[in-house]
Amino acid sequence: MSDSNPSAVIRLEAVSVRYRVPLERIGSFKEYLIRRVKGRVNHHEFMALSDVTFAVGKGEVFGVVGRNGAGKSTLLKVVSRVLPPSNGRVVVYGQVAPLLELGAGFHPELTGRENVLLNGALLGHSRREIAARFEEIADFAELGDFIEAPLRTFSTGMVARLGFAVAAAWVPDILILDEVLSVGDEAFQRKCLERMRAFQESGATVLMVSHSASTVERMCARAVWLDHGQVRALGPASEVTGAYHASTAG
Amino acid sequence: MKRATPVYDSASKLSVGLEEVRQVVRYRDLVYQLVRRDILTRYKRSVLGVAWTMLNPLGTMVVLALAFSQLFRGTPGYAAYVLSGLIVWSFFSQTTTAAMYSIIWGSSLIHRIYLPRTVFAISSVTTGMVNLTLSLVPMVIVMLIVRVPLRLTALFLPISMLLLLAFALGVALLLSTLAVYFPDVAEMYQIVLLAWMYLTPIIYPESIVPEAYRWWMFNLNPMYHLIKLFRLPLYDGLVPSPVRLASAAGVALVTLVIGWVVFTRRAHEFAYRV
Repeated sequence: MSDSNPSAVIRLEAVSVRYRVPLERIGSFKEYLIRRVKGRVNHHEFMALSDVTFAVGKGEVFGVVGRNGAGKSTLLKVVSRVLPPSNGRVVVYGQVAPLLELGAGFHPELTGRENVLLNGALLGHSRREIAARFEEIADFAELGDFIEAPLRTFSTGMVARLGFAVAAAWVPDILILDEVLSVGDEAFQRKCLERMRAFQESGATVLMVSHSASTVERMCARAVWLDHGQVRALGPASEVTGAYHASTAG
Repeated sequence: MKRATPVYDSASKLSVGLEEVRQVVRYRDLVYQLVRRDILTRYKRSVLGVAWTMLNPLGTMVVLALAFSQLFRGTPGYAAYVLSGLIVWSFFSQTTTAAMYSIIWGSSLIHRIYLPRTVFAISSVTTGMVNLTLSLVPMVIVMLIVRVPLRLTALFLPISMLLLLAFALGVALLLSTLAVYFPDVAEMYQIVLLAWMYLTPIIYPESIVPEAYRWWMFNLNPMYHLIKLFRLPLYDGLVPSPVRLASAAGVALVTLVIGWVVFTRRAHEFAYRV
């Protein structure tokens, strides 16, 4: 294993994430106080990740496979700092660029241009960085004059293209891919895949999640198989996906 | 690579409150964009646009002046008196409310990407500060009309406004923490605000409050201090005494620190809330 790998850019050390799900939804103060007085607020605990340890080296394309609910998305959230681990430690060297659900954070009354500025800032870029890339983003999204029109006048496809164009405008140190894109028409999807490949070639580390073993096998060198929040297999992608495939088939 | 400091380390020793300060500095352009969005979109479809920021308090002032100027005849330039209190109060009530809705709106983002959680409250309060600054224009016009002299003491206002901002941000952070857990806090707060406003000398002069209640009503009400700190240099033409400044500054900064610490300690749990 490469846990002591000096060039590791993502390192997870015995990471656990415990969700506490209230058994009933408590929506008001009154309810909460009554419950509190009557005794405990009932929680159901479950481990979305337990004791996960692995490291991803610089420039690696690393895959995560597993069924629905195996903890894949939680793993991505832990790496991208959305969720703090309940136990263990996460260390990330470099900027993580999540592919924000396309168009989340857009405002319908703002123009395409204003939305690019806002969305870029949400992704942590400075005004100067966004201004420097603006033309490129506008070209990539293929919006033409609509870039100055309010977003509410856009078609769904145009919104998705603009969202992707903003997210893909920067080469991050670490790119996170959750169930590779399913937006836009075929031509646009091909364009997206080209952009991904360019990322890899430029030395970015890619963390990719999929429940499709074949996608992971095709694109990744190494992979981890998560099952009920635990590591079932870790190693070369072909071996891991092979084991995963065998278990799903049987 | 090995020697480089990690961009993110979940076991970092830096306190969460300080780490948040560091991140807000890094994300300062996001605050700018959120403020810009709020100002641009608020009146985007209205004909008069941003002018409403100035017309709104002016309209309320006219209504109140018509209703109460006979009753409070002893207050010179009642229209200026009421407007000076009103713009401070609207700043406080609007920004603290907006901060709660802002973090509720932002929860869909908080679930997907990392961003410092305080930016929502900070941008709400900053938007309010832009609006408050704009409403100084109708304020000065009203003062000229009702012949309340504008004195050099008005130069003290930036200090008053900064302390007001600190207090509002502290309250906004405390309320946002609650609003994440209990969505009905936002509704309940509107009732609290109404009661609080009537307990603060905004539409009525301080002199009508019976002597016996004055000490309690004024000293225990942070908004009394902050409105006073705004009104003294602007409406009364006086420089606030050091004691007055110290008490307003004390209450504002303590509230800000408490709000910041409580919010940032809780903030990492927000993504767990559905």
